[in-house]
Amino acid sequence: MLVTIAGRQVHVNDEGFLTEFDEWDEAIAAELAADIGLTLTPEHLEVVRFVRGDYRAHGTTPTLRRVTTAGGFATKRLFELFPKKPAKKMSYVAGVPKPIGCV
Amino acid sequence: MTDTRPIPTFDDEPASAGRKLCIICSKGSLDMAYPGLILANAALGEGIETHLFFTFWGFEIINKKTMAKLQFSPVGNPASHMPTAVSGLPGMQSMATRMMKAQIEALDVPAVPEFLDMIKDAGGHLWACRMSADMMKLTQDDLYERIDGVIGATEFIEISAGAQTLFV
Repeated sequence: MLVTIAGRQVHVNDEGFLTEFDEWDEAIAAELAADIGLTLTPEHLEVVRFVRGDYRAHGTTPTLRRVTTAGGFATKRLFELFPKKPAKKMSYVAGVPKPIGCV
Repeated sequence: MTDTRPIPTFDDEPASAGRKLCIICSKGSLDMAYPGLILANAALGEGIETHLFFTFWGFEIINKKTMAKLQFSPVGNPASHMPTAVSGLPGMQSMATRMMKAQIEALDVPAVPEFLDMIKDAGGHLWACRMSADMMKLTQDDLYERIDGVIGATEFIEISAGAQTLFV
């Protein structure tokens, strides 16, 4: 469906995840983060940029494990930045689908 | 214009609010260590309070001496699709273990000690069974250093109150 986020028309699915990779920008990320109670900091953005870069390179959303091993972010810190459900929250803010990997 | 776009409620879904998972790890083979570890890690990633209770052969997973050396045996395992007479030959177990470890690594799934680190970093709880420790003459010093404690069955029952409990 077509919705307005940060003053722009973008496509989202039933859950509210962006469906068009290229419709994302940082202003949208800030509003998506605010949706789920997060204040986007440069550190959040660094993680989000990795998630987007990895998605662009491999066509799948990185799992939490991959964000730690390939992205170099510590598990503990990711749970602090994106509490409780880090993998889902970072993919929501990054405008990519939820990860499907097991580990 | 009112914006009525959907917004996910990551923390407040009734299904996950207050949900708690306990997994009893009772086996000491490589293939039986992973189901509990993988489920625990997945639950933690969903914000679910998670406890692992290691008992009997499951101690292999948290014993410093054995945790990195768990073995997979094709013997007596029809799913290994290896003739029984062959699966017991010398060297088969180490070959099968080597192959399984390579496959696990290829999927970027961590080895057991690193997996435990990941579970602790994600806020998981690891408990060792007191009776198993006594039987095997092991103390907390012999176990993975980030164990939450060595506890008895009664304490585990207390901890697991209201939890979904799995026996592996």
